[in-house]
Amino acid sequence: MKDSFINRKYVIMALIVLASLVLLIRLFIIQVVKSSYRLSADNNVLRYVTQYPARGLISDRNGKLIVYNQAAYDLMVVPAQTTKFDTTGFCDLLGISSDLFRKQMRIAINYSRRAPSVFLKQVSNETYAKFQEKMFMYPGFYVQPRTLRKYSKPVASHVLGYVSEVDDGITRKDPYYKSGDYIGKSGIEEAYEKELRGRRGVKIFLVDVYSRIKGSYEDGKKDTLAIQGTNISSSIDLDLQEYGELLMKNKRGSIVAIEPTTGEVLTLVSSPNYDPALLVGRIRSDNYALFSADTLKPLFNRALMASYPPGSTFKPINGLIGLQEGVITPSTLFACHNGYLFVACHSHPSPLSLVGAIGTSCNAYFCQTYRKVLENPYYNTISDAYDKWKGYLNEFGFSNKLGTDFVNELTGFIPTSEYFNKYYGKNKWKALTVISMAIGQGEVGATPLQMANMTAAIANRGYYFTPHIIKSVGSDHSIDKRFITKHHISIDVANFESIVLGMEASVNSGGTSTVAAMKDIIVCGKTGTAQNPHGKNHSVFIAFAPKENPKIAIAVYVENAGFGATYAAPIASLLIEKYLKGEVTNKTREQSMLNLNLMH
Amino acid sequence: MDRSNNIWSRIDKISIILFLLLIVMGWVNIYAAVYNDEHSGLMDMSQRYGKQFIWIVASLVIAIFIVIIDNRFYFFFSWFIYGACMLLLILVILFGKEINGAKSWFEFGGFSLQPSELAKFGTALALAGYLNTKRQELTQLSVIAPASAIVLFPALLTALQPDMGSSIVYFSLFIVLFREGMSPYIFFSGLLMAVLFFLTLLTNNLYLTIALIGISVFLVWFATRKWKLVFLGTVIFVFFAVILYLLDHYVFKSIGNELVIFISMILSGAVYAIYIYNKRAVSVLIIYLFLVGSTIFINSVDYTFNNFLPTHQKDRVNILLGLKSDPHGTGYNVNQSIISIGSGGFHGKGFLQGTQTKFKFVPKQSSDFIFCTIGEEWGFMGSGIVIGIYLFLLLRLIKLAERQRSDFSRIYGYSVVSILFTHIFLNIGMAIGLVPVIGIPLPFLSYGGSSLWGFTILLFIFLRLDASRTEYLV
Repeated sequence: MKDSFINRKYVIMALIVLASLVLLIRLFIIQVVKSSYRLSADNNVLRYVTQYPARGLISDRNGKLIVYNQAAYDLMVVPAQTTKFDTTGFCDLLGISSDLFRKQMRIAINYSRRAPSVFLKQVSNETYAKFQEKMFMYPGFYVQPRTLRKYSKPVASHVLGYVSEVDDGITRKDPYYKSGDYIGKSGIEEAYEKELRGRRGVKIFLVDVYSRIKGSYEDGKKDTLAIQGTNISSSIDLDLQEYGELLMKNKRGSIVAIEPTTGEVLTLVSSPNYDPALLVGRIRSDNYALFSADTLKPLFNRALMASYPPGSTFKPINGLIGLQEGVITPSTLFACHNGYLFVACHSHPSPLSLVGAIGTSCNAYFCQTYRKVLENPYYNTISDAYDKWKGYLNEFGFSNKLGTDFVNELTGFIPTSEYFNKYYGKNKWKALTVISMAIGQGEVGATPLQMANMTAAIANRGYYFTPHIIKSVGSDHSIDKRFITKHHISIDVANFESIVLGMEASVNSGGTSTVAAMKDIIVCGKTGTAQNPHGKNHSVFIAFAPKENPKIAIAVYVENAGFGATYAAPIASLLIEKYLKGEVTNKTREQSMLNLNLMH
Repeated sequence: MDRSNNIWSRIDKISIILFLLLIVMGWVNIYAAVYNDEHSGLMDMSQRYGKQFIWIVASLVIAIFIVIIDNRFYFFFSWFIYGACMLLLILVILFGKEINGAKSWFEFGGFSLQPSELAKFGTALALAGYLNTKRQELTQLSVIAPASAIVLFPALLTALQPDMGSSIVYFSLFIVLFREGMSPYIFFSGLLMAVLFFLTLLTNNLYLTIALIGISVFLVWFATRKWKLVFLGTVIFVFFAVILYLLDHYVFKSIGNELVIFISMILSGAVYAIYIYNKRAVSVLIIYLFLVGSTIFINSVDYTFNNFLPTHQKDRVNILLGLKSDPHGTGYNVNQSIISIGSGGFHGKGFLQGTQTKFKFVPKQSSDFIFCTIGEEWGFMGSGIVIGIYLFLLLRLIKLAERQRSDFSRIYGYSVVSILFTHIFLNIGMAIGLVPVIGIPLPFLSYGGSSLWGFTILLFIFLRLDASRTEYLV
């Protein structure tokens, strides 16, 4: 039988071959020519989970843990992977409002539909546990472990500083930081950020269509581990710090205690302060705003940043300079008739030698000494004499940053001769013009830290180490070289001894600091009453103890409290006793200081 | 008895090898598509690869039975089988289990059967049975109409389920009618309509119409080689078009460019009409009718598409054509499917290494989208080999069909080729975004008992017929 349509088989065969070619060409284009699909597939299944390192721990000088870490969880969302779900149940589970839910979702979507963004920061352990059970119901959501700071005691907030999330300004400036990272913002956290932060790692996971983790990518070969931050040993004595804060409760002011032989800061109190735990986690931003608005300025670190006139606590240093400049000797006598010219003084025996003058805090003695320093015929002009005087002060660390490890340390203020030349005309000013600086008033301003450092230098009889807040960093106990470099002061040791005797007399021989005396420890101290144009005078006290081989040098400021002897001296004395003996014997003194409320 | 002993030596080994290759590849890829770490045992019956293994074994048993049965059985019972299949298709609409909005499945206990997969070979047998004696008259409407009815009846029933994908497959049997003598004009008109349908949705109708006019003018010149005729026709067309356009632009303002061109086309047709009448030029008439018909068709398609098609169907077409991008809505399947296949690259990611596959980004990956697994894990090489095997099988089957002594066997053979070809082209085309997503399986590779058995029966009846090609059926 002849088939006249047999040739049509070629048409059909051609059709089939043609269709196969179309498929093959299309396959070639999407599989071989275009590479974007590979990327899309990777984006589908690869999830880069940042491994956040735990920050280094901070302990006190005796190894007591002050700051450690607690687990927290950031709830992440990949908007593109979410499906419709019961938002009410979801919000209930997390304890958030539906408004917040919508807001966070909108933010996440605006950022990116495909990339993960933080939906809810720092979810607590309990919430996380509840959420984890139900997580399968909410594809597109996953949890990223973080760590938050936890504090063993609600103290030392100004020493430790706080940690916050980096902002755009930081991520732009420092390429290390990525959005979501934490950074130390003040205190030790800021000063030792590089050591404490550790190093981020990344884990690459494979996720399925429901964004459930199915395993690691290439068996973890491309993963990097997070490296924990370096642990830091602070120089703070936790017990002393706690005690200091307790004593300063309901008072405004500051305490700085230094170990003279090392420059290590034993205690640094700025009152009022806050519980460092209040600046952790999700409550941080709210509390921070609250603290910033507080008129008592709890965030303000008075120990480093408040510049007070030192008042009479400045007298020992002027005495030292007078001795060194040769304008007085320890046996030089000055008369005091309830003052000197227009500077008043209280009643005390007269005339007095240097030791007695320090002991009774005689204004007239130091005005005359200061006048002799500035009118020293050795110098041609008052400017030269003044600059010499200022040079000594600079050696003690006044008018300059001490170079501590705190970032936000201020310089205080001692005017230059230029300052007066400008104000009064070149050398048109006299010693009497600036005489109030003889007794630590007038233009002079110093931070409590600078005063403590000066006290340490006196305790050491002529040198100090730059005060620092850490004892050692890491397991190799390294410490910056600048903290083990002795700063010598160009004043003879013998002169220091005279001043020390004066400070001893002030506490132990019926001087102004008698209240600070202890039975078995010789405390050397000096009171001060810093005139305050804005209100009641500040109560100031500097001291070190024991007299020989001093272990602690301390400066105490109590704002608007009046005489130095009234508040600052007993507080200093309690702290010294606490530090040297481990406990306080004078319970009445302790109780009266604890009960004192100056912030009504 | 001698005959049944010899039957295995006369059956086409190449086709069987290709068939076996495909089912093994299918099983391996189903294993990869549903693989997870908890169930890695090859014969885990709770998993799809475990079940597919049973169905493969069952389909081999079926294949053996088909070969053992006398070839004349298929010829004599073709109508009975067709009738039974149609009955099943009717019953499934009435009593079937509704899955995804379609009543396509019977369910007996844990076992489901999809009658539309079986109705294909029934229809092929009936078509072969009908045309066996009538094929000489296939140019006449009296034969074309019943033949079309045999094909379109199951298509209609399947469409009622509704399962548009399976329904479309029946239309491929017109390839058989074309082979057996149906006018190529009807056949190519059908093909042309399908192509125009897509082009209409893809491009501007005006440009498409102008392109069609250009092609028609060229074809008229090609058929007649009369410069004057073409020139005159074109000048008259342009003349009317410009006049009408200006009139519309300044006076009527309501005709529209499409209508301007259409009216000009009709008016310029006068020149051709005279020529056609004088010279009895049928070819020019056909070309002219093609042009007018196409123009009406593309405009009506656009209108129908925008006004009558249900939204979800419209969405599917729109996404396919790239007119609408919605990666998380309707286009999700296609998108993920293309990503899977595209990410395979040249070599593929390796067995069980496909991340898209392993993490279930493509829905229905073991059944309708099994080609994704092949594309992702075996790359362009694997995809190419699969297409190569299919091509080889189809060409082999055409060769077998052409060597049949009986019209019945040849027509049945071509039916097998048409059905397989359509399934393969539409399924792979769908996976790589060439055709809209229509849920039809990839022959021998996709997961599913009904489809595997349907295709096995379809193929082995033909191989059985081929084994006895030297014998007369009647």
